[in-house]
Amino acid sequence: MSAKAYSVIGTRPIRHDGADKVTGRALYGADFTAAGLLHGAIVRSPHAHARIKSIDTTRALAFPGVKAVVTSADFPETAERMVDLGEGDTPLSYARGNVLAIDKVLYRGHAVAAVAAASPHVAEEAAALIDVVYERLPCVLTAPEAMLESAPQLHDGKSNLASQFQHVLGDAAKGFAEADVVVEREFNTATVHQGYIEPHNATALWNNDGRVHVWCSTQGSFVVRDCTALILDIPVSRVKVTPMEIGGGFGGKIPVYLEPVAALLSKKSGRPVKIVMTRKDCFEATGPTPGSFMRVKIGATKDGRITAAQAYLAFEAGAYPGAMVGPAGMTVFAPYDIPNAVVDGFDVVVNKPSTAAYRAPGAPNAAFATESVIDELAQKLGIDPIEFRLKNAAKEGTRRVDGPKFRRIGCVEVLEAMKNHPHYSAPLGGPNRGRGVAVGFWFNVGLQSSATLNVNADGTVNLVEGSTDIGGTRTSIAMQAAEVLGIPVADVNPSVADTDSVGFTAVTGGSRTTFATGWAAYEAAQDVVRQMKQRAAKLWEVEAAAVSFDSGVFTSGGRKLTFKELADQLPATGGPVVGSATVNPRGVGGSFAGNIVDVEVDPETGKTTILRFTAVQDVGKAIHPSYVEGQMQGGSVQGIGWALNEEYFMGADGTMMNSSFLDYRMPTALDLPMIDTCIVEVANPGHPFGVRGVGEANIVPPTPAIANAIERATGVRMTRLPMSPPTVMEALWSAGN
Amino acid sequence: MPAQTHVTATINGEPVQFLCEPRQSLLECLRDILGMTGTKEGCNDGNCGSCTIVFDGRIVTSCLVLGVEARGKEISTIEGIARGNRLHPLQQAFLENAALQCGICTPGFIVAAKALLDQEPEPDEERIRFWLANNLCRCTGYDKIVRAVEQAAAVCKQEAAR
Repeated sequence: MSAKAYSVIGTRPIRHDGADKVTGRALYGADFTAAGLLHGAIVRSPHAHARIKSIDTTRALAFPGVKAVVTSADFPETAERMVDLGEGDTPLSYARGNVLAIDKVLYRGHAVAAVAAASPHVAEEAAALIDVVYERLPCVLTAPEAMLESAPQLHDGKSNLASQFQHVLGDAAKGFAEADVVVEREFNTATVHQGYIEPHNATALWNNDGRVHVWCSTQGSFVVRDCTALILDIPVSRVKVTPMEIGGGFGGKIPVYLEPVAALLSKKSGRPVKIVMTRKDCFEATGPTPGSFMRVKIGATKDGRITAAQAYLAFEAGAYPGAMVGPAGMTVFAPYDIPNAVVDGFDVVVNKPSTAAYRAPGAPNAAFATESVIDELAQKLGIDPIEFRLKNAAKEGTRRVDGPKFRRIGCVEVLEAMKNHPHYSAPLGGPNRGRGVAVGFWFNVGLQSSATLNVNADGTVNLVEGSTDIGGTRTSIAMQAAEVLGIPVADVNPSVADTDSVGFTAVTGGSRTTFATGWAAYEAAQDVVRQMKQRAAKLWEVEAAAVSFDSGVFTSGGRKLTFKELADQLPATGGPVVGSATVNPRGVGGSFAGNIVDVEVDPETGKTTILRFTAVQDVGKAIHPSYVEGQMQGGSVQGIGWALNEEYFMGADGTMMNSSFLDYRMPTALDLPMIDTCIVEVANPGHPFGVRGVGEANIVPPTPAIANAIERATGVRMTRLPMSPPTVMEALWSAGN
Repeated sequence: MPAQTHVTATINGEPVQFLCEPRQSLLECLRDILGMTGTKEGCNDGNCGSCTIVFDGRIVTSCLVLGVEARGKEISTIEGIARGNRLHPLQQAFLENAALQCGICTPGFIVAAKALLDQEPEPDEERIRFWLANNLCRCTGYDKIVRAVEQAAAVCKQEAAR
């Protein structure tokens, strides 16, 4: 636990952008407007799989008010090559093809063409006048089916099995032979969506000087810049992205969908063009998280020692390769010290939208399988489920099945906190009730970040950074600068800058923003201190090394200047002080999370009610505890939705049957109790303040914790997500209840 | 271009007039014609509550009201909640309780919660959850939102007692 006393870190200041966001003044992507603005509409495929025979835009172009129409034929002619879109290499034709279909449509809702017109309504009307002739092809919707020889092939000449991997640790066969009890089960999880409330949006202006300016809501303005440039085959230096406020992302606002299309429409029309997705578009044509088929087998000795584990993970990538099965393989057995394990992962393309990251992508699927099997093993062995986990918990030095050895981690501390939490021993208080537990892991990421601090004459500082703020990170980053400078956090004025005005900064994702961009701000503040020591030295006519700095005060001998006093003297001592820093940190600390959950299952309807929910997480160091709790609560509730209700209902023809918030049932305030949080702080030795990152691990344990609770309530083990009322009823009936 | 209709209404206590097409929703009129972008669009089919406004004393999702229906009506939006330079106790409570993360749903929640407190000064947790079930938030898990509304109710009650 971190014992150091801080003056800013660990406090709960009001966020800097707060007033704007509670008054409606904050400007999100869809709020942007410009003189001469046109509105775009996208023509989308009504079929899940078809060849495009022809596209006739004549009628649309003749429609009054229409200024431009584009299709994939408007992409510049570029030889095929591999490009990095921020989440690994992909062929350029795939990157372009998901933005505007090339030759084939691969999922219902796939963008085929776009129109720019004087108003959104005119654009929509004109879009309906674009005549596309399709040759329909049979579609395939699940990974196991898509892997069959007889399955329709999405990408001509290429297997639907886009890639596969195997991790091996020790000797699994030998390990299973040593086991007294072995549990093996198959699991299925449905496609789910991030469900951010703000639809995707983008406005682009292809200016007369050849420069492209984009305003949009994104998790990564530099990703938008780089992807737009790659897809349009122009230098990154010609693209400027101004990130607007963003209304939720959870991984789904990393890829580009609209930006290159708006840019092409702008190029053709000579006017700025704005495109905003409908909610239906968000469901049908952005990147949900993969549905999966998994088989997990774990063996243990009578005294509760795990001897071997095996996982088969087949994930649906959607239309293009890149299902998050890699991270699933890295996290599937991460909470445990298992000497012998083998993991097989399969990335399979199917006729659904191309999947994207969703909060700890891949890990919740895998944990649903593993933590259900672990729970069943504990039951068979007659060991308390937390004790069983503690007996086998991963710790510093434990080797993960995918290779890395853990540095200092908090798995044991999280489990101990769960065991000691009053919730764990509280009475359940009624029939049809059960209590479940589970743990989960997310490794977190580092990646590049930049920050600049400009010192003002009044002793405040302006912080310029490049991480789009989705949940209060302006403040969690500013707090780290304030801590170093010894000034109140209200004296740090943070702003998220456009891509021309700040150094490269990777996405707000991977639980990295407070960790990495916070670290950049920490280093930039150190730079300010170093320069200001030189200024004090100049004033006092001493060596800079003779100047000390502590808690916002510069001293040397008997002389003393506060940060504010010295800031006022900068013009006289050489001019402004600007501190800057860039980082690409390696010291990432993974995060473990655990849940205790009480449920009641209605035996008449199969409906599961969450009675009580406790979220525990090792966050390293909580910079702003309120927003740390908020991440834990938000991730938990997304996990609850995933567990109990959320799924894409797919028709046999590949049509999503529930593409609205009415039918895609996310949790409401009325569905939930308060979400209790328990912050565990096992400092990450790889960060100056011990930060690990808190955004993602919290979504990993809810689905198995709830499944385990349902089992305790009903005696029935659920192996399919979501555990919606009909699914639970079916399971109860087949179990003879 | 379809003919436009002239609409006069009262918005946040001020008389307002605008021209709109009959097919334009009140949400579009507020955002695109009047530039009042504090009211947000999340779904455009009445299911997320981000565009919640008060319409002649009732809370409605403005995406499901036509602009032309606003003729002669009293409308309140998020832009009218603060008392001049001072935040409304709900706005202050949302900040103090960290009851927002991305903030896109926040205007809708605050408008809906104010309508609740205006008519029921002491709602319990269950009542707050029931009332706000029309508003989706994907970031917070609602815990801190419910607490913020409870705190604001207490502050409003104190203010009323003064």
